[in-house]
Amino acid sequence: MAATPIPLEVRNIKKRFGDTEVLKGLSLKAKKGDVITLIGASGSGKSTFLRCMNLLEQPDEGDLVVHGEDIRFKMTKHGREPADWKQVVDMRAKLSMVFQSFNLWAHMTLLENIIEAPIHVLGKSKQDAIAHARELLERVGLAERADYYPAQMSGGQQQRGAIARALAMDPEVMLFDEPTSALDPELVGDVLKVMRDLAKEGRTMIVVTHEMAFARDVSTEVIYLHQGQVEEAGPPDEVLGNPKSERLKQFLAPKH
Amino acid sequence: MESLTTWIEGLLADNTIFTLQTLSYYGEGLTTTVQLVFLSLIIGLVLAVPLAIGRGSKHQWIKMPIFFYCYVFRGTPLLVQLYLIYYGVVFIDGIQDTWLWVILEKPFVPALIAFTLNTAAYTTEIFRGAIKSTARGEIEAARAYGMSWWLMMRRIVLPSAFRRALPAYGNEVIFMLHASAIASVVTIMDLTGAARFVYARFYAPFDAFLFVAAIYLCLTFSILYLFRYLEKRLLAHLKPSGQ
Repeated sequence: MAATPIPLEVRNIKKRFGDTEVLKGLSLKAKKGDVITLIGASGSGKSTFLRCMNLLEQPDEGDLVVHGEDIRFKMTKHGREPADWKQVVDMRAKLSMVFQSFNLWAHMTLLENIIEAPIHVLGKSKQDAIAHARELLERVGLAERADYYPAQMSGGQQQRGAIARALAMDPEVMLFDEPTSALDPELVGDVLKVMRDLAKEGRTMIVVTHEMAFARDVSTEVIYLHQGQVEEAGPPDEVLGNPKSERLKQFLAPKH
Repeated sequence: MESLTTWIEGLLADNTIFTLQTLSYYGEGLTTTVQLVFLSLIIGLVLAVPLAIGRGSKHQWIKMPIFFYCYVFRGTPLLVQLYLIYYGVVFIDGIQDTWLWVILEKPFVPALIAFTLNTAAYTTEIFRGAIKSTARGEIEAARAYGMSWWLMMRRIVLPSAFRRALPAYGNEVIFMLHASAIASVVTIMDLTGAARFVYARFYAPFDAFLFVAAIYLCLTFSILYLFRYLEKRLLAHLKPSGQ
């Protein structure tokens, strides 16, 4: 019997916007329990790379294997597109994403936000979904906020709610797209704490972040991107503790 | 205070216009107006939802005909549309021999068709704007959570768009109520038709038309109230901090 398939593997992802090639052949392999952080200056392509993993952006080249299943592509006159959208929809349900600007659905309460996709995408019963959602809200410290609308919560609360929404999918891999960048400094800590706990319990995570302390303490692998290419990659002690490239040294140097 | 009551009593005692007979005209007019407006709004609403979705399609052959339809019906006076449909149907070859003539012969159905097509065009534009202004991030979240296009429309885009469209749609409902007054020019005895009849009979313009104006005001007030209630319930999520 084969070992459990690798949750997510991407190979040689290339992406261009017009004339600019923003991703120049990036690969990544997330084994179960891995926490991979993508760091780099803005414009380095780290967010685009993450968004290619669940096909919010269509890569022009490259392979995507989710839980052992190859995503099929076809060429159309608009460029490369997934051959089977049903497959993409199933794939996305396995990778849940946490966004920089939270992106909770504004017309639903927090609880409704969390149970929405489990019920309508995964086909869970409403009862189970609500029970699970309440557990998750408890975990992210928002049990009393279940019936609040997103606009009635602080940024930090919204982001923790969004993490609960992501967890409700029982995802293979969680994708975090700069989850703390839109938050006031005093709210960052709560969100990072939730993420540290998730890492500790063995969640597979891919995190685009500027939080170097988080990258150092939590990740199993750090990838430093520069202009759409991997400049340095490896365990955090190596990449962050002993950077080899001049650019990374500069990037890590304390500002001011 | 006492002088006011005696004044009203005097007013009603001398009153030869507002008899049971004329009041029943107004009553029938009210029924006709409400039927006409309500039916055209409901059918227009049902038509507008798919039209608004199609209006935002990226396929030209879906988008363009809808754009053209909205442009024509918003770009011409409702009265002209009503004339075209009411007087125009007679000239369709052979229509007088079909069963359709039975309903089209009376003015109610042509008026209903004109009003429905008109309100559907406006409502389509209102909804299209609301759909277009759905937060990009919310759509992305829906896609990222594995929703198909249709599921996303049904659960995320339309529910939030309808809520945002509510104030503008409330305006459209009031507009339709008032626009329905022109039904009276094609012999429909709606509220305004009844007022015209009473005016012609007694030659009392102020009594006839002020009375009907008061009825329109009451109707408008109920619509306003209904929409205020709906907005309070359905737009609660847009109010920051409900505490």
